[in-house]
Amino acid sequence: MTLTPTAHELLLPDHDAIAGWRRLRERLARADRDAAATALATLSGEIRRTVISTITAAGLGHAGGDLSVTDILTTLYGAVLRVDPADPGWPDRDRFVLSKGHCSVALYTTLATCGFFSADRLSTFAAPLSPLNGHPSRRAVPGVETSTGPLGHGLPVGVGIAVGLRLRGSAARTVVVLGDGELQEGSNWEAAMTAGHRGLASLTAVIDRNGLQQGARTSDTNDLEPLADKWRAFGWEAVEVDGHDHLALLDAVTAPHGSGRPRCVIARTVKGRGVSFMEDRVEWHHKVPDAEQARTALEELR
Amino acid sequence: MILDETHDCRDAFAEELVRLARADDRIVAVCNDSVGSSKLGSFAAEFPDRLVNVGIAEQDMVGIGAGLANAGLVPFVCGAATFLTARALEQIKADVAYSLANVKLCGMSPGLAYGALGPTHHSTEDLSWLRAIADLPVIVPADPAQTRAAIRWAAETDGPVFLRIGRFPVPDVSPPGGPAFTYGRAVRLREGVDATIVATGTMVSRAMQAAALLEERGVQARVVNVSTVAPLDREEIMAAARQTGAVVTAEEAVPTGGLGAAVAEVVLETRPVPMRLLGTRAFAPTGETGFLLEYFGLTADGIARTALEVLGLDHS
Repeated sequence: MTLTPTAHELLLPDHDAIAGWRRLRERLARADRDAAATALATLSGEIRRTVISTITAAGLGHAGGDLSVTDILTTLYGAVLRVDPADPGWPDRDRFVLSKGHCSVALYTTLATCGFFSADRLSTFAAPLSPLNGHPSRRAVPGVETSTGPLGHGLPVGVGIAVGLRLRGSAARTVVVLGDGELQEGSNWEAAMTAGHRGLASLTAVIDRNGLQQGARTSDTNDLEPLADKWRAFGWEAVEVDGHDHLALLDAVTAPHGSGRPRCVIARTVKGRGVSFMEDRVEWHHKVPDAEQARTALEELR
Repeated sequence: MILDETHDCRDAFAEELVRLARADDRIVAVCNDSVGSSKLGSFAAEFPDRLVNVGIAEQDMVGIGAGLANAGLVPFVCGAATFLTARALEQIKADVAYSLANVKLCGMSPGLAYGALGPTHHSTEDLSWLRAIADLPVIVPADPAQTRAAIRWAAETDGPVFLRIGRFPVPDVSPPGGPAFTYGRAVRLREGVDATIVATGTMVSRAMQAAALLEERGVQARVVNVSTVAPLDREEIMAAARQTGAVVTAEEAVPTGGLGAAVAEVVLETRPVPMRLLGTRAFAPTGETGFLLEYFGLTADGIARTALEVLGLDHS
């Protein structure tokens, strides 16, 4: 079959980073709760700083949402997902889908931290022919299960993965992270209904509930509340947690399943989390910091 | 070609899919409450666990297809062509084609097959929409043999595919003996030197009939069956333009962007010759499929008259 030629460089695993990530996973598995919380918070801080530097250098990105989703990503990749950065196609890996694909820089930074590719490639973000596009491509980035960017796509794909893994007899789990604004897309509710109907207990949806969408508050645009009730009505378990509390996220995602239902974790977050002048400000959806703002942000994130 | 015996290609599709599924347990069917209209009844009876009926939810259906492929399965995603392609076009682009997901999209009952149900149910834009998407082969089998062969090829090939599976009865057109379907290759069904009729799907047998009518008028028309609309067999189209000097295309779809546009692009870029593009140029009025094909001139007579017109001959 004739395909579009690959114009970008091939991203290869970074074995030093993989070794470091494996050590972190082992340390976290043994750590008490305080130590685990500290380690995950440290990781989040590093990722947030890289996000700011990367977006500032590229002159493009979605800083607000990147900072709101960071703690969710570090919890998942630091302590939950069974993946192998050295073998991204391992058939029984857990699957992760970032449905809010515009927060690609947070995802790329997290994947590089795990060693799916070298962190020095982050400096190519959005540059001509870089594999690191403004929205993650399955063609170009190891660890990306499906290309996202248009909203409302991740959950149906996650449902299909969960159905498929169950058919294949795999115990792997599927986690989809969604933005709250994108829940206005009807395709999510088609998928939510299917997952509830089929009792896909291996599927978890985490909602980055920062309350802001591109143009305004979700509550002023097309309100989502009562959000947990909506998921329950579609046949899901639903829990609400502080989306910046790593241990609360960890507990919510890993709690044993008694119900045989898919689980929705509504993670209450702050858009722009960690940078005073970005927090809960709608303009930081896709505004790029200037040099002075970036300096301030990096200081605040220390 | 035995014209009086005709077939619904969905039957060949359904039988072949069951046969393939017996040999390959990765094959699953996905549908949108279309078990009956996609002819998946026998598949459902034999492989109940491998039929994923998502209900009336096409965006979900295509996304789920991409997810099943990610999990290592080979999903055949079946739905009425108009709903599959129009409702889930962005999923087809992003989740399937751009993600290079191993999904087989099966657009059932395309073109004017739904007749008097009206333009909401006609799939006449699908070829235009899908041909615009990179890395998505668009396959239109013309008869049961091509349908079976195309499905076998799709199952064996890693990557996205769209298959347009006809419902309107068609006669066998594939020459016996040779391969019924070769990906990317158009099949020359009849030699001719005066003009070429390039047809796809339901129009292929009518193009052959048109060539017979033209012979009575002393015109030797070549007939080319394009079963891979994208990527198009450029060599065969260039040969048609160069060797016959005039081209008529015929498709059960809008020619703006579909087969007609595809052929015209090649002819224009390589060897400009007079052309006519036959297709559905408007929302159809009320009527059963056969009537609508006549209404749009998509008949043997309509194709023959168009060929005479492009040659500057009297067609009264």
